[in-house]
Amino acid sequence: MRTDSPLNQAGAPAQPADTRQVIRPYGDTTGDGMVQMSFTLPVPAGKRAEAAALQLAGKMGLEPASVVHSKPMGPDFTFFIVYGRVNHLIDYAGIPVPPEREYPLLTAKQVNLAIRRALNRRLVVVGACIGTDAHTVGIDAILNVKGFAGEKGLEYYREIQVVNMGAQVTVAELVERAKAEDADAVLVSQVVTQRNAHLHNTKQMAAAFHAEYPTAVAAGMGRPLLVVGGPRFDTVTPEDLGVDRIFGKGTTPAEVASYIAHALLPADTITDAVRETDGAEGEETP
Amino acid sequence: MAPQRKLDLDPEVVRRARRLAARAAEPIIEMARTHTTVSVERALLRLAGLQGADSEGRPWVNHLVDAVRDQVGLEHGVALPVWDALARGPHASLAHLARDAARGRISFRIPTGSDATLATGAARGAARSGIARIDRRRAERDRLLREIGDPAQPWVYLIVATGDIYEDIPQAQAAAREGADVVAVIRSTGQSLLDFVPEGATREGYAGTYATQENFRLMRAALDDVSRELGRYVRLTNYASGLCMPEIATLAGLERLDMMLNDCMYGIIFRDINPRRTFIDQRFSRQIHARAGIVINTGEDNYLTTADAVDAAHTVIVSQLLNERFGHEAGLRDDQLGLGHAFEINPAIPGSFRLELAHAQLVRELFPDAPLKYMPPTKHMTGNIFAGYLLDAFFNLAGVMTGQSIILIGMMTEGIHTPWLSDRDLALENVRYVRDACAGLAEDFVPRPDGFVVQRARQVLSESIELLDKINDDGLLTAIAEGTFGVTRRPADGGKGLDGVVERAPGYLNPAIEILDAEDPHADRAERLEPDKKEVPA
Repeated sequence: MRTDSPLNQAGAPAQPADTRQVIRPYGDTTGDGMVQMSFTLPVPAGKRAEAAALQLAGKMGLEPASVVHSKPMGPDFTFFIVYGRVNHLIDYAGIPVPPEREYPLLTAKQVNLAIRRALNRRLVVVGACIGTDAHTVGIDAILNVKGFAGEKGLEYYREIQVVNMGAQVTVAELVERAKAEDADAVLVSQVVTQRNAHLHNTKQMAAAFHAEYPTAVAAGMGRPLLVVGGPRFDTVTPEDLGVDRIFGKGTTPAEVASYIAHALLPADTITDAVRETDGAEGEETP
Repeated sequence: MAPQRKLDLDPEVVRRARRLAARAAEPIIEMARTHTTVSVERALLRLAGLQGADSEGRPWVNHLVDAVRDQVGLEHGVALPVWDALARGPHASLAHLARDAARGRISFRIPTGSDATLATGAARGAARSGIARIDRRRAERDRLLREIGDPAQPWVYLIVATGDIYEDIPQAQAAAREGADVVAVIRSTGQSLLDFVPEGATREGYAGTYATQENFRLMRAALDDVSRELGRYVRLTNYASGLCMPEIATLAGLERLDMMLNDCMYGIIFRDINPRRTFIDQRFSRQIHARAGIVINTGEDNYLTTADAVDAAHTVIVSQLLNERFGHEAGLRDDQLGLGHAFEINPAIPGSFRLELAHAQLVRELFPDAPLKYMPPTKHMTGNIFAGYLLDAFFNLAGVMTGQSIILIGMMTEGIHTPWLSDRDLALENVRYVRDACAGLAEDFVPRPDGFVVQRARQVLSESIELLDKINDDGLLTAIAEGTFGVTRRPADGGKGLDGVVERAPGYLNPAIEILDAEDPHADRAERLEPDKKEVPA
């Protein structure tokens, strides 16, 4: 029988001090816990309104708190800026490390090389904003040559043929076009989120593709890869929606291109493409 | 307001730019003069007083135009077959006729001889009464501007967009009290692609509120109230764009809206509406705006949200020159041309503010009498509200320094959410500070001769000329198809709404277009019209 268990010694699990990493907000001194916030209360400005603001701050865990600015906004509202010390502690060690991207980020050259080797033709991507969503900013950022965040969009990739259908495309139009173009991947952008339209639209789109390709085994095996992007998909999984991948805010064209290559092309063509382009200056691969 | 000339632009180069724009526009104008669309025809019926919809919300104007089209086509216009059918009886009104047409009970024909003369006369009378209602609304605006007071420029332009007209109204009134000179009611997402105008007061929209005649009337009445309270006339803006551009322009004229978003290419590029449909609809809508005394706002700022604001600066100028030419041809005066541009250069670029000043001053000097509409940064608003507030202040400063006329107020929470009450208040505090602190700075701001700002402005102008040359070689429709504007390719036969375009046949009649083509939209009609100012729309 083991006798060195901490449970047996203290009757409760001892927290080894070195596994915790307690943090609190940092103003100008470690551990001061200072935060700033601003909000509006639907009451006329005055001492009573300030007391209400302080009470709210207290209930939010700010102690002490001070109203550094209050301003009437019309006769019925008051705007506040409040500073205070929060009494909450965060154990940073208990925050899970987010999963790393499960595929390598490739350059345009690497993607082009891998596609050429694996397919011996151009990879076809059909993109659209579906439903009533007229905001093409997302799909354009990924597809247009202009790109996003200094990265060129997929139109810039020589081995990717881009069909950008633009805004307010119906699911039927998208499916029809994807079939006509023999699309390898379908990209859908959903920015408008009123009444969860983005979720309904995406599910409807995925269902239509699955119905159109009933014998498909997987993405790239009987049906196109289904990718959706938008700022408000953080509460759902790809399985919920019936798509292969969800991209969020700030996604760059290279991330999308790399994902498509990773999902549709054999792993060794990508490894080879990376080795050849990386090794261009150093070791020659005979 | 005649701004000083600070850039020493070569007048011959400026004239050449205008000549090239006029030449590029000519074939498009010719196309618009020889074609009609379902929405142009429906607009005539709306002018003639046909309102309302069936129990499913399909407007009677749609029913009537579709019925005529199915039976005799639209190449002669709806006027002859519709007023011929009315003359033959027994329908007392367009509304009765439309109901029976929807049930398939009307047999339309293209009348000839004395029947045609009779129908033409009746149709002309109906169009005349609609145009006269628009004239009365314009006279009413002129009177209110005199009685209540017209705010000084730059006008502060704020947006409301709740989706519910009865929520929009108090928000718009609050915005006016907070300092808005212009209130825009953003339309519901997707309305531009509806081929009908919804009816009645609406309480549900997506990221905006439907443009309907009743919503227009309710909001204008609410702003009239608050205008009297504040002692300045608060202008109302909506959107004459999309597939129903001519009808919405007509409703705006009938309900005394003051400004309308109306760009010559926006729908093509950003909504994938067919280019031919857009240009034909646009000419009619601009003729109505000219007649109604409405200031149009063009959408060049949008190009800079997709294209790079430095690389594409000249596409803004080219589009403005085209918008000006199309506007003038349709009867709009310079003071009705709210040409758009924007502060969208990446702030990480060294000298970005000097570039912005160069672009804004160039637009100011090219269009000295136009009420320019200057749009705040959106693309480089990152979610860092503090940096965003600073960028908005620089935008306001550029607006004041270069004498812009209509300043849309930038929100530090741009791209995060639709503006909160506090966002709007802070934004107005920002613009008030800059406007007060820098009042008159435009007089002191004189760029160094041949300095950075002057040279940059000249460079953009010369790039504009190059592009106009190319557009003239290829044709405007080809240039649009090739993605010249906003980096989006739009072929002339692609996009939505082409099936609603019809070439006019000999003998085409549209009595509204007859009046709008023949008469000076700005002739002084106030004396004749004022006595009727209490008229209630039919």
